[in-house]
Amino acid sequence: MKSIAELQALRDEMQGKIGIRHDSDAGVRVVVGMATCGIAAGARPVLKAFADEVGRRGLTHVSVGQTGCIGICQYEPVVEVYEPGKGKTTYVKVVPEMVPLIVSQHLVNGNPVVEYTIGSAK
Amino acid sequence: MMQDLSLSILDVAQNSVAAGASFLSVTVDEQPARDLLRVVIADDGRGMTPEEARRAADPFYTTRTTRTVGLGLPFFKMAADLSGGGLTIDSAPGAGTTVTAEFGLTNIDRPPLGDVDETVAVLIQGSPDMDVLYVRRLGDRQMSLDTRVLRRALGDIPLDAPGVSRFIGEYLAQHTRELLAIDS
Repeated sequence: MKSIAELQALRDEMQGKIGIRHDSDAGVRVVVGMATCGIAAGARPVLKAFADEVGRRGLTHVSVGQTGCIGICQYEPVVEVYEPGKGKTTYVKVVPEMVPLIVSQHLVNGNPVVEYTIGSAK
Repeated sequence: MMQDLSLSILDVAQNSVAAGASFLSVTVDEQPARDLLRVVIADDGRGMTPEEARRAADPFYTTRTTRTVGLGLPFFKMAADLSGGGLTIDSAPGAGTTVTAEFGLTNIDRPPLGDVDETVAVLIQGSPDMDVLYVRRLGDRQMSLDTRVLRRALGDIPLDAPGVSRFIGEYLAQHTRELLAIDS
């Protein structure tokens, strides 16, 4: 059974790591629209998939968070990626199956997955 | 309409985030002997005036300026009303807000509960500076997760750090399985 004591060990392990994120503004930010429109369209498993994938790869320069309604409800679930110095990329109609490619191609290698972005949406 | 109640819980809890809450509690209380499912979402956010609280479950009332509808609470209220229960809002300016929804547990029109664990995990991930107390009760047994306890163990490691997110997910899954006596 999972117990809170494991967290102390986790803290000791993480404090030894270089590059642990303390200032989320310094790295890449992934935000998922989590208003009524986003949730109804399937944003929750998308946010979970980003958090899982970023965790699995140990990407300490990436933070995964949420925002409210972005204003383009017909394109939900909407995910925005903010990169320092590079601006914003908007992914639309995102499903969890798209997440590994966005993480590996964009968050790791810096190349947006153009076919999933709002510019390619019909 | 949300597919299940756990999505409505996530949606209604976003109101607490928007209200500047530093503490949110989510209680899912299943009482088979009374054929009752009760969901309580309570925060210490800025609260509402009596007029705002009265109109909060009206789909054509919203405080946001981007459009003229707000469907989070109306969906939740509709689900409760349709399954032989109801929804009440207890709020006052500066005193936080408590939303209580009751459902007929075995009512055929009650939406399924859905994945409350994922709702709680995503709430914590999405608002790592807010504290969350999650309690799930079944009869006289219960499980809980309290981020204030996690924070004491974690020191300055944030709740949305990757290892912590994984711990929270696994902790919720294991304790839920044990509460519901599901063989893993």
